[in-house]
Amino acid sequence: MSDLLAARSQMGVSLAFHIIFAVAGIAMPVMMVVAEHRWQVTGHAIYLDLAKRWSKGTAILFAVGAVSGTVLSFELGLLWPEFMRFAGPIIGMPFSLEGFAFFTEAIFLGIYLYGWDRIPPRAHLAAGGIVALSGAASGVFVVIANAWMNAPTGFELVQGQAVNVDPLAAMANPAALPQALHMTLAAYAATGFAVAGIHALLLLKDPANAFHRRALAVALIVGAPAAVLQPISGDLSARHLARHQPVKLAAAEALFQTQAGAPLTLGGWPDVDRRETRFAIDIPAGLSLLAFHDPGAVVKGLDAAPRDEWPNVPAVHLAFQLMVALGSYLALIALWAGWRAWRGADLAHDRWLLRAIVLAAPMGFIAVEAGWMVTELGRQPWVIYGVLKTADSVTPMPGLIVPFLTFTLLYCFLGAIVVWLLYRQILRSPEIPEWRGFYMPGGGSRERGDAA
Amino acid sequence: MSLADLLAVVIFATLNAYAVLAGADFGGGVWALLAGGPRKQRQGELIAHAIGPVWEANHVWLILAIVLLFTGFPAAFARLGIVLHIPLSLVLIGIVLRGSAFTFWRYGGDTDAEQRHWGVTFAVASLITPVLLGVTVGAIASGAVSGPRAPGPAFFTGYVAPWLTPFALSVGVFALVAFAFLAAVYLTLQEDFRRRALGAGVALFGAALLVLALSGVGAGAPRVRAGLIFAPWAAPLHLLAGVAAVVALAALWRRRYGAARIAAACQVSLILWGWGLSQYPYILPPDLTVAGAAAPAVTLRLVLGALALGAVVLLPSLYYLFRVFKSRTPVAPPTMPPARPR
Repeated sequence: MSDLLAARSQMGVSLAFHIIFAVAGIAMPVMMVVAEHRWQVTGHAIYLDLAKRWSKGTAILFAVGAVSGTVLSFELGLLWPEFMRFAGPIIGMPFSLEGFAFFTEAIFLGIYLYGWDRIPPRAHLAAGGIVALSGAASGVFVVIANAWMNAPTGFELVQGQAVNVDPLAAMANPAALPQALHMTLAAYAATGFAVAGIHALLLLKDPANAFHRRALAVALIVGAPAAVLQPISGDLSARHLARHQPVKLAAAEALFQTQAGAPLTLGGWPDVDRRETRFAIDIPAGLSLLAFHDPGAVVKGLDAAPRDEWPNVPAVHLAFQLMVALGSYLALIALWAGWRAWRGADLAHDRWLLRAIVLAAPMGFIAVEAGWMVTELGRQPWVIYGVLKTADSVTPMPGLIVPFLTFTLLYCFLGAIVVWLLYRQILRSPEIPEWRGFYMPGGGSRERGDAA
Repeated sequence: MSLADLLAVVIFATLNAYAVLAGADFGGGVWALLAGGPRKQRQGELIAHAIGPVWEANHVWLILAIVLLFTGFPAAFARLGIVLHIPLSLVLIGIVLRGSAFTFWRYGGDTDAEQRHWGVTFAVASLITPVLLGVTVGAIASGAVSGPRAPGPAFFTGYVAPWLTPFALSVGVFALVAFAFLAAVYLTLQEDFRRRALGAGVALFGAALLVLALSGVGAGAPRVRAGLIFAPWAAPLHLLAGVAAVVALAALWRRRYGAARIAAACQVSLILWGWGLSQYPYILPPDLTVAGAAAPAVTLRLVLGALALGAVVLLPSLYYLFRVFKSRTPVAPPTMPPARPR
């Protein structure tokens, strides 16, 4: 394994690991705040229990997200010093803002987790709201920095040096809005459906369980609207790619030749040597229609770039297909659940819907990973699209396979522990049938008067 | 003072906050490892209780310092990443293990054996991380983080020798003792920690002498040594740090814990600023200056503006955090009946 490949692998593993916790850290606080708000409005203690259990999960996920995010901020310099030397002054701004957003998130999460009996209820709810807001903000800032790598603006390149640097123009790069929107919606959809899927599974066994019924409802309130909006945001992203990152779109769609009325290629295996995609279904003019909203539009193919500037086409194509397929499934399930709820159905007794939601549980997170592979692998061989090659920004330090393997082992170990802890916490969900009425946190059943 | 100097001061202040706040969280882990005697259980609980609500916020000071460094001084950040790749990677592993083990300890511990396992992981990571942080500081201060490196220098001379020196290791020990001292002083809610604080305070003198002695041995840290001894500001600084140290120990002795905490934090801060002043105008001695590593002025202006805006949000939030958790009485009546034991 070459040092470059080891560095890319370490960065990839670090991002793939961190993104799960980052995404959960954005959406879990929303769910716990919704549950706490329901508790304050209804006085129904089951919501308080829900908020406390979700905040416990959030504490674990946030802590691992915070430390793995620290690793990434250092790895920018440990693995890609030349990239940071070039990009730091241009794109450090959103990272600095992210620092503040993250700071706010950490402060108020501490207040939320440990302040249940130390501050007034409204202040506590507000602290949770600040956690949710600042979590989303820090995600947006980081994605803006990544978007700049895809669509670099805010500087001029003179003999390999950046001059006339304008950090604000760099933040306002054309990829920023589509990427930030797509990522934020993905966080809510993936986390919402993962949580909904867990409670749907438990409802299949025990449909009368009051705890899981409410958990399912809150999780769907957070996840379903995002899943429905996601295809619209995806369309925005695709149109952005067609204009600003044509090679990435061509790789994602396995479009080898530039052409008018380009077809949409579903599935298939891109054969890079023969420049054709085998076993695929082509929808005539589909890609032109999606990318430019015009069936006759010319879409640039991979042939628009020299061969040595192509990304790994099969990987990008497959990841893209996977992301779109999973995202579409989530959107359909969200519409189905929304329609059933609107017709007044009891979702907890709709066994087919519950099964579909169980199936959706891992899909959002897999789609998030696949989407990141599209955007990161699709930009290769560039680290800053069209400006700096990944190979030119790697550290001269030899033996990079050692830190790669070390961090991979560390993350496998941590991931297994987190899964085990969350699994055990879920196993201990309260078993409270709806007909026993209101109950106290901890599993006892009481009259309403005690719960207030 | 130039914009670059101003940003360097801010970054240094951020590191200072990290040292006196997060440093104490690491120190708490050290005391958890050394917990013993009849009140061992109670000591562990006090440490966990003190760290729990604040460690994540305290940790962010380091992230803030890093992002400000790579925004404002990208050349310094790039060079640090190359030359100190190994100790910084080890610091990261320590940070990851410390943070996650603490959380698993507090939230996941089910059986006693499991609790102990995470408690020990947390404590050992708390012990090793400060040493490695100190080693990186020592390597910087000694002027070994020099560049540029020709591609493919011998592995040992290029990537190990700069930080594996007696001086850098002594700074690592100093950092560990300083963090343990701070933690013990903050934890003096319990008599056990008063004695530990007094012991650590004395040990800190010893560690400081060791650092000073080794700064003259071999390559040492000539610049820092010269600054700390001969610069015009050296004598007053040493005097102030010495006064703070004596006040801290005397206050501990007299059980004036409020004064002891302030004096101990001042003492560690003054030592840090002594390091910073002694190597100015170099950000990475012997050749990279603050001005030479700085980003374009437009970036510096924007970042300083963002810092001013961010401080408006941050400082009241931090004040609220510490007021809620570090005051002896709850600031508001409890909102709900205490959770029943599960």
